[in-house]
Amino acid sequence: MRKPGVANPVRTAKVRKIIEENYRVRTIEADCDMPQALPGQFLMVWVPGSGEKPMSIGNSNPLTISVANVGKVSSELHKLKSGDLLSFRGPYGKPFSIPEKAKRILVIGGGYGVVPMYFLAKVARENGIEALAVIGARTARDIVWEKQLFTVCREVFVTTDDGTRGMKGNVMIEAARLIEGKKIDAAYACGPERMMEAVAKLCKEHKVPCEVSVERYMKCGVGVCGSCAIDGKLCCVDGPVFSADEALSFPEFGKSHRDASGRKC
Amino acid sequence: MASLQNQFFKKKIKNPVFLASGVLGMTGGSLEAACDNGCGGVIAKSLTSEPRKGHDGPNIVETECGMLNAMGYPNPGIESGLAEFGGWKREEALIISIVGKDAAEFGQLAEKVESAGKTLGASAVEAAISCPHTPGYGTMAGQGTPESIIAITKAIKDACSLPLIIKLSPSIPGEGKAAKAAEDAGADAINMGNSLGPGMKIDLARRRPVLGFGVGGLTGPAIKPIIVRAVHDIYGSVKIPIIGTGGITSGEDAIEMMMAGATWVSAGSAVYYRGPRAFGEIAKEMKAWMEANGVKSLKDITGVAHEKTRGC
Repeated sequence: MRKPGVANPVRTAKVRKIIEENYRVRTIEADCDMPQALPGQFLMVWVPGSGEKPMSIGNSNPLTISVANVGKVSSELHKLKSGDLLSFRGPYGKPFSIPEKAKRILVIGGGYGVVPMYFLAKVARENGIEALAVIGARTARDIVWEKQLFTVCREVFVTTDDGTRGMKGNVMIEAARLIEGKKIDAAYACGPERMMEAVAKLCKEHKVPCEVSVERYMKCGVGVCGSCAIDGKLCCVDGPVFSADEALSFPEFGKSHRDASGRKC
Repeated sequence: MASLQNQFFKKKIKNPVFLASGVLGMTGGSLEAACDNGCGGVIAKSLTSEPRKGHDGPNIVETECGMLNAMGYPNPGIESGLAEFGGWKREEALIISIVGKDAAEFGQLAEKVESAGKTLGASAVEAAISCPHTPGYGTMAGQGTPESIIAITKAIKDACSLPLIIKLSPSIPGEGKAAKAAEDAGADAINMGNSLGPGMKIDLARRRPVLGFGVGGLTGPAIKPIIVRAVHDIYGSVKIPIIGTGGITSGEDAIEMMMAGATWVSAGSAVYYRGPRAFGEIAKEMKAWMEANGVKSLKDITGVAHEKTRGC
């Protein structure tokens, strides 16, 4: 039970470093750590005057997020320079879990879904667990965080839809081989929902423990407003990480989202 | 044996603890989950004529002993909303909440609820005239005056045959008079409670209000004493039943609200403090209190504090 009394959950830190990943993704490193943050959890990042959006945590030390320029809040975040202020609350949400006896895991990231996968692989490695990564994108210039992944993964496989980098096709070309060949003890995916659905189904078929990170339009981040509902569950507190079984049990998973007003789309 | 079983208009319900409107109930699945987590009824997200995105974030911020929120009525609009929540077949009661800018719009919304007919499965309709942080609605549109309450109540009663609950703000002067106006105009119940305020939280590092809308309604334990007093006032002014809403996070809170005069209670911020199972836990604690105190029926405690009050 949460005790009433916390006066303000918002924290503000200086930006330590900005990394331009590609034409639309920037990584922001804050001048602080968040030792309690776990892979899969998120922050509610506040841009005064623009709004507040959930962002996956890419690293806890230093606290790092990676932002695609897709809307009002993210375009403001893209204007930040080192020394500017970054405000956020969190960490929130259910993190990824690694089975006790796992020796080797597979992390699969589509587009900038690769960001929390780096954090997971890093923490796995710190715990003596080996990680393999498959990262996919539409085209070569959309691949992000590849270099970071190399520093924490045994191998990194790349796929692009148009074949401009790595294997031509989607992540399943590489991921299926590893899942079917039982070369891994657990698999994790973050990216487009159709991709995660394919990963979840294949893992279920081959009895490989699997978790996926589900995204929905989010407002409060703390389980009250109901905006991020996926069927009867809330992405902010029941997720964003769901087991493959649970995600596949949602009729809306891979099929529909809801907009800010709650309409299905 | 103490029993929480309760009558809500035509429906027999397992307990008098409802999910408050605006919390969780954005989707049919969320309403069902709240029922699975133990509530006796659910008040769905308030529906407006057209879909609304709500205010820019932050929409919610924790503060001393409570939370401030400024959601701004995000909802899919009356038509999508009734389709989303309708077809209700559960044993728990479904209450449809509507919000309009004036009596005419409330009337049109009520007509849509009426035309959804029996297949909707709703036990009542609630008209919220009490939001403190959405321009054009609630207290920001002056809907808390007796004249406005009478016009809105009549417009809805003319259009819709379901029992009508008028949801009043604790921030208006003379809650008892306001409730009496609603009763005289035909309302079937009063929901005393909404967030209180508006209030404000300023972030020191940013030197500005945290909420995207600047101000928001205060909920949670901080507002409970004010709601208890307002329910108490209304109980002395009307004969229709009262839902007590504001700051209830435990069974004892609910019992206290009933001693003030509430027949039913609804909870919202409780899910923040206790998680989604708050409803069932509150109900269980109510029953434990009744058993420990030899109270067999909630009817025996409804409004009991009233007879003993002095100076009101």
